[in-house]
This record gives sequence, structure tokens and C-alpha cells, in this order.
Amino acid sequence: MYETKYHSASTTDEAVSIMGSADDGKFVAGGQTLIPTMKQRLAAPSDLIDLCAIDAMKGISIDGNQVTIGACTTHAEVASNIELKAACSALCDLAATIGDPAVRHRGTIGGSIANNDPAADYPAAMMALNAQIVTNKRTIDTDDFFNGLFETALADDEIITAVTFPAPSKAAYCKFPNPASRYAMAGVFVAKLKNGMARVGVTGAGSDGVFRHEGMEAALSSDWSADAIAGESVDAGDMLSDIHADSAYRANLVKVMASRAIAAAG
Amino acid sequence: MGAEGIGARVLRKEDKRFITGKGKYTDDFKMLGMHYAAFVRSPHAHATIKSIDKSAAEAMDGVVGVLDGKQLTGDGIGNIICGWAVNSKDGSPMNMGAWSALATEKVRYVGDAAAVVIASTQSQARAAAEAVVVEYEVLPAIVSATDALKDGAPQVHENAPNNLIFDWEIGENADAVETAIAGAAHVTELEIENNRLVPNAMEPRAAMAHYDEAEDHLTLYTTSQNPHVARLVLSAFYQVAPEHKLRVIAPDVGGGFGSKIFIYPEEIVCLWASRKCGVPVKWTSDRTEAFLTDAHGRDHVTTAKIGFDANNKIVGFKIDTVANLGAYMSLFSSAVPTYLYATLLSGQYNISNIHCNVRTAYTNTAPVDAYRGAGRPEAAFVVERIMETAARELGVSPAELRRANFVTEFPHQTPVIMAYDAGDFGATLDAAMDAADYSGFEARRTEAASRGKKRGIGMSCYIEACGIAPSAAVGSLGAGVGLWESAEVRVNPVGTVEILTGSHSHGQGHETSFAQLVCDRFGLPIDNVQVVHGDTDKVQFGMGTYGSRSGAVGMSAIAKALDKVEAKAKKIAAHLMEADEGDIVIENGEVKVAGTDKALGWHEICLAAYMAHNLPEGMEPGLKEGAFYDPANFTFPSGTYICEVEVDPDTGTTEIIQFVAADDFGQIINPMIVDGQVHGGLAQGIGQAMLENAVYDDSGQLLSASYMDYTMPRADDLPSFVTSTHETRCPSNPLGIKGCGEAGAIGSPPAVINAITDAIGNNNLSMPATPSRVWAAMNV
Repeated sequence: MYETKYHSASTTDEAVSIMGSADDGKFVAGGQTLIPTMKQRLAAPSDLIDLCAIDAMKGISIDGNQVTIGACTTHAEVASNIELKAACSALCDLAATIGDPAVRHRGTIGGSIANNDPAADYPAAMMALNAQIVTNKRTIDTDDFFNGLFETALADDEIITAVTFPAPSKAAYCKFPNPASRYAMAGVFVAKLKNGMARVGVTGAGSDGVFRHEGMEAALSSDWSADAIAGESVDAGDMLSDIHADSAYRANLVKVMASRAIAAAG
Repeated sequence: MGAEGIGARVLRKEDKRFITGKGKYTDDFKMLGMHYAAFVRSPHAHATIKSIDKSAAEAMDGVVGVLDGKQLTGDGIGNIICGWAVNSKDGSPMNMGAWSALATEKVRYVGDAAAVVIASTQSQARAAAEAVVVEYEVLPAIVSATDALKDGAPQVHENAPNNLIFDWEIGENADAVETAIAGAAHVTELEIENNRLVPNAMEPRAAMAHYDEAEDHLTLYTTSQNPHVARLVLSAFYQVAPEHKLRVIAPDVGGGFGSKIFIYPEEIVCLWASRKCGVPVKWTSDRTEAFLTDAHGRDHVTTAKIGFDANNKIVGFKIDTVANLGAYMSLFSSAVPTYLYATLLSGQYNISNIHCNVRTAYTNTAPVDAYRGAGRPEAAFVVERIMETAARELGVSPAELRRANFVTEFPHQTPVIMAYDAGDFGATLDAAMDAADYSGFEARRTEAASRGKKRGIGMSCYIEACGIAPSAAVGSLGAGVGLWESAEVRVNPVGTVEILTGSHSHGQGHETSFAQLVCDRFGLPIDNVQVVHGDTDKVQFGMGTYGSRSGAVGMSAIAKALDKVEAKAKKIAAHLMEADEGDIVIENGEVKVAGTDKALGWHEICLAAYMAHNLPEGMEPGLKEGAFYDPANFTFPSGTYICEVEVDPDTGTTEIIQFVAADDFGQIINPMIVDGQVHGGLAQGIGQAMLENAVYDDSGQLLSASYMDYTMPRADDLPSFVTSTHETRCPSNPLGIKGCGEAGAIGSPPAVINAITDAIGNNNLSMPATPSRVWAAMNV
């Protein structure tokens, strides 16, 4: 690891201010991707600005039907939160499958979403749950937030403070892990919203990162069943291909995981 | 004899320090004034070094040296050699390309070192290494061995035209074998790839070198499976220092699997740099360096055909293999795809006509050498895949086709050098089939189908050769060393015993199983026995640990030394108790005169030996004996493995439902340690079959260079293994041991692939059988 200067901010304003005076600063919210990358000497930020001491960015609250999760809430907290289990157990289940226990006790939902790794789990859930990404500057619809591999709508000095979404009537996440990394090779989050609309978020498989499958969404909106998507196709041309699996296999996985998620959602 | 003797499940003495974090590995050792080495490694698979600008690095904090290959060769450090000469079938010697520990003119694989920085701290060394500017002229690269042998392929070494290292053959006349197969009632043909693997020892390689100017003496701490061989090669071939001026210490070593047999550039450079810069120099590989530069394993491409007569007896077997040896010939690289591979192609079968041709090729990839099994997994995979395939084509039971061709009389001379000395292949086949409830399989297949799963079963009847090796025999085949082992048994005046052995232990449990020989012989508690290994200043000599040789060869040397100790102790006892030497028996720590109540404690005899107040006339004081043991033959562990799987047709995911291993390892010293060795071997073999794959892209970049992309077996990938052992003693060594260290990795891959191909009904499936490949085999 190259030398770096560590700061712990106690407010988002302070974090932004430190970022402004840093040569090449990076916000860190758990660091479960950034720190290993730095240890490999593949990233060398001059300053690390830790957001995890900002109390306003932690915790899970449910107000009526609206779920709000602070950006610095760890995967372990999401996985085990009793109220969230009642409102959207699919998200708890998703969080419980991220990485290993060490990762789940450090990594945060905001960090994961801001990083937008094409094989990360949370972006699929945010898409399917029609979440809004709340930052220190504005609120961004999830459909406008993820912009391809590792790219988001965030400005350099913008910090995710929370995500918020309406509890769905049904939801489930099903992923097929990459055998080596155990990141998603295809992960599908299906949600039936309380307005009856179905949304399907897909991670791990798309060559342009997380995406929604609109054909499946339309089919499921009229008939919430695994059979309803039997005729839907996933275009292999839009899928990733690498040493672990080609695009045809990933396209198949997307359908299989979607069917299984629908079955699991009930 | 006794609760801690041969056959006892004694808990491992060494585990206390290992599981409490008290092991001492090379990187744990520190020296006053120690500096760190960081290597400047090529990012290109093939390139000419145009220039090296060290000025910026030399000016950086803490840097005491920036050294390159021209300086190294200028100081007379010799090229790295392959220690086993294999000639082509036309009699020409193998084309060994020059390998300097630091590249001089060209780099030949990603990770090849062009320079080294020595600095006060590891961070300073790494930062300075990044500041060394190497100007490369990038050349076209070649990564596939079969492509490398084609006309027009990029040339890795100028003295190896078409990248051919040797073109070698073994067995009967090729035309005669072809004719025999042409006349067969049935011929089965198969194309087989044996995937390239990265060894992945838990402890990465490391070296710490110290030059003592006053004594003109060098000390090397290193992660070695064979410190004496390291010293021999470092002095005899690399001119680092003469043997008496070089001490090599291999302390606790965290796994080797073969990859720590070889002498690598980094040890040589640390020794040389320590002398040149006047400071102790340490280098510890990081995981990326381990992926890039540890010698890889396997990487064969084979076509094979086998003919059967109308009674399903094998009439001929012809094999053509291309083996990838990477960018340079590592220490035993030539022996692995020849004498450790093709000599096992007769399998457990009586085959009079075998011919195998092997071509080895240079490529722009990491050197390839021995990795757990070293050639025998490749052989077992060819033999057991083609036998299973033939059974399916012939419509006969895979078990019965094998049984019909088993060798049943011993000794048995194969047409490929090996002379099997003992075994009962039918017994292990029966045991495995019973344990697997083989006859009940079809009902289980039907039941699985009702759940939407495809169930399959596959077997593998492997044989391998361990106990390497009779020195004269391997010498006649080109080996540059003898493969005996030495031992010394030092009995202290109080009766405790130290065993000094050349068989280094790096996970195998020697400190326990070797001690059990003493417990067995004299009835001493195991706490009274200490096993000393891994230091050329302590142990006189040894050939090291690999090829499952430590039991058959290393323990045989100890047994021979114990014979001498026992004989001398009995002489002393007979003298002291005024009895006939032939009447003396030693048991339970007592030395007795048979048929009388006369007895002395073991410790009293030992004390008498050292007091020397009353010894038989002419006897030297002391009780310490040494022995060298040179094996009379290889040993031949064998067995049957049966794998049962269920495949999810939607995703291609394979679950191993059951894995049965029935092995014949000869006499077993510690069944618990043997179980552990089998479990570990199976994990690695199943890893090769389903998970692990070292993949280079066409430009020679290693795509699977981290655990994000290289799939190591995890506990949840593996079932609970069902193991058993069935003993036929090895007749060629005093303990009847065959060896167990590699069998699991040798026998399991074909069993797994036979099971999966049975499940999916498509025999065209390469290792690793990942979900995507299995799904493609079912759907594309």
C-alpha cells in the first residue's frame, strides 16, 4: 500500500471540506473494495476520508411504508434488522450473502452503491425496489443513478447519506455466485411493489452493469409467477463474457435466477 | 508396539505450535541490519530489454542497491538449470534455454525479473522498484504449447527451434502398437486436456540471506522442501558459495505441494545481493508474485487411443502428449511429463502394447514443474478417462471392464519401465464399490431425476509410483542426483532420542510419524523423541520431501539407523546382564533377558553407553547411528475412487454427493495422518477437476492471478469423504510402506469427470468442469 492520509469526518460538510483540500482524496465507507485495491497498489489516494463516524448516516428507520437505510449501515446490520425483516426480508437475505462475515461487518450499503461494482448485490435491489438515493445535495431516482460499470451520477464531492424505498408487497433475491470470488455471476432481485408494478433488477451479468429487465417486469406486472417469464428472453449480446462464463451462460442464469427469485418471493 | 507405535492414531506433536500461531516461518526470522529485496518484474510476456535506468531508484530513501542481470552474470552466478537430462528419441539432448536469475537480454513471461532493489524497508524497496525504468521492446508471445510447436510461432529460446525442448518416446515400437490397435475389435479414442494449476501453498515463498564477511560464509533461510538439495544446487551450479560455506535452513514451511522443491531466482538473488550490498536481505513473495512466479503444474494436451479384443482385453494403447514447460526449464520439469507420467500409463492393467510420445514446449508462461502428483495425475487421468469411455462405448460395466484387465500377478513388468511389486486391485475395487453402494446407484439416479437432478457415478482405479527412487535407476534415466535418504538416530545419555532426517516436513506430520518408529521399536513415550530436520548444519544430508517418498525412503533410513542402535544397545545389555545377545529383547522402555526376570531400564543402557565405565571390550562409547537408504524399487500405491454427483440442469452446478476412496498404501504408520493426507489430496484433485484453472490470455497475461479469479476449493465445495485402506505390504522396503501424500490428487480427477459426464450424458467435458462448462455440455 502507498502512503495515504487518513481522516475521520463527523459530518458530511466536514468530509466535503477535507475532500476539497486533498490532492486526490477518496471517501471511504467500509472500504471493502477500496482497501484491498490500495493494498494491491492499484489505487493511491492521497487522503482517505472515512464517513463511518457520521452518526446521521447510520441506522435503519421505517416510517409507515417507507424504509430508509443510512448509507453507513453495515451489511451485517441490514441482514439482522428485525423491522427490516418485516418490511422487506429480501433485502436482509441479500445482505446476508455479501462476502464473508468480516466484509459484512465493515462494508456498508452506501459504499457498495457508490462503488457500483457490476457484480455487487445491492444495486440490483435498489433498481427493483425503485429506491431513491439520498445524497448531501439531492435525491436521485435509482433509474438515474447507476451509469454503467463503476459509474454513478455522484459528483466528486457528493456523498450518499441514505437510501429510501417503499416496502414491496413481495420480493426476493437469488444469485448465482462466481465460483472464485463468490460475487454475483448473475443476481436477480424481483419485487412486486404495492402499486402492483413488478420490477426486476439484474446484477453480475450485464456488460454495462446493473440493469432492469423490462420484458420480465411487464410480464410479472400482469401475472406474478415464474411461468409468466418463461417466454421472456435475455439477450446474450448484452451479457458479460469472461474466463468464468460466456455470455450465453450468463443469459441463461439471469432467467433461472429470476424464476427462482419469483418462486422464493411467493 | 504400544499406544504410540506403528499403526497408532497419535495426535500430531507439531500441531500445538501450528494451531496456536507459534510456528516459525522464514518471514518470522529477522536479522540485525536486515534489508528487503523488491523485484522489478516484467509486465510483458515476451520482450527485449533495451535499457534499464536505475538512477531515480538509486537516489531514493533507504536504497542500498539496484542490481540487474548483467551484474549478476558478471559476478559469475550461473544460470538456473534443469537437473534431469531427457534426450529426444533421435538421441539429441534436450534444448535447455539459458535462465539467468535476473534477465539479461530478454524477459520471457509476465513476472520474469529484470532487476532487484535492496532497501531498508519493504515499502522503500517496492517504491524504488517501481522507479526503475526498464525500456522493453515487446515481442509477440505464445502461451499454448501446441501452438508453440507450430511453424512460425514466436521463439522463446533461440536454441530451441519451434520451441521444442525434446521429442521423447517410451514403450513398444510405435508401429507395432498401431498395428495391434488396428486389429482390435473396438477402439476408443479421446482428446484430453490436463488443466494448468497454480500450487497456492498457504505460506508464500520467502528467502532471507546473510553474508558473514568475517567468516566468508552465507546463511539462507528459505521456504524449501529440500534444503540440502538447495545447498547442493546453489553451490555446484550457481556458484553462490561452496557447500561448506553455505548453510541452508528451511524452518517451518507452510505447504509446498512440489512448488518448494525447486531453486528459484529469488533465493539466488538474495544470497548474491547480501554479499554484494553487505547487508542481510529478505524477500517475501506477495500473493500476486506467487501466482505469477511459483512453478505451475500440469498443462498437458493429449490424444489417446486404446484397442480391445472381442473379450474386452486391451490389445494396445497409444498416447501422444504435448506438455507445456513454460518459459524456462525448472529443476525437475523434464522428468514430470516423461518418467513420472508415461511410466504409469499401464495403469492397473495388463497391457503388452503401449507407446507414448511426449513433446515438450517452451511458451511465454510461468515455468511448469512438479505439483502434487507430478505426472501421475496426468497419467491416471488419461488411463481412467479412456477406460470409462471405453466401457460406455462397449456397453459393459466400467468396473468389470477394469477388472477384466487388472494385473493380478506380481511382480509385473509393464512395457513402460515400471515393475509393479505388490497390490490387490480387485480388493480396493470391491471395497470402494461396497462403500459406495454401487449396485444401488440406478435407484438413486431415478430418485434424483424425480427431483429434476441428473445423477451420475464415476470411478477411477489409479496406480502411481512413489518412493522415488532407486538412485542407479534414475541415474540411468538422466537424473542429476541420487534419490536415497539419510537419517541419524542420536540417543542421549538419559535415553531420550533425536532423529535427524533429510525428509523435511512442511505439513506432512513427520515430527509425529517418524517419532512413532522409535516408540514402536523401544516402547518409549513419544514425548521422549524429537525429530530434527530442515537445517544443513544439523542434518548431514538428505534429498528432501516430494513424490510421497518420506515414508518409504525417509523412514526406511530411520529404520536402518534404528537397527544399528538396537544392535548396539543389545550388545551393551548382554554385557551388563551377562546374557546372550540373542536373548535380549527391548520393549516398553525396558531391556530384558528373555525367559528371565533380568531387566534394565532403557535409560540405564543409554547411560552406560555414555559413561563407558563398563562396555564390551573394544566397543566405542556413545549411542548414535546413521544410515543411508537407497530404495530397491519404486513403490506403487493404488486404489479405487468412486464419485457420485448430482447436476442441476438449469445452472450446470455439480454437487458431489459422495466420494469414496479405497487405497492401498502398504503399511500405515499413523492412520490419522494418512486420512489427512488423503483428504488434502482429494481436495486438490477435486479442485483441479471442478474449480482450479490457470488461464493466460493470448498476450501472455495471467488472467487468473488472484483469488478473485482462481477458484480454490472451499470446505463447502467438498463432501465428507469416505476413506478406507487395504494393505498389501511393499516388499522392497523394510517397513512395507508405499506412500500416501499424492494419491488423493492423482486418483480423484478422473473419478469426478467420469461421474459428471455420466450424469449429463456427454463425454466431451474439460477440466475444470465449472457450472458454465457443464451447462454448455448439456445445452450447446
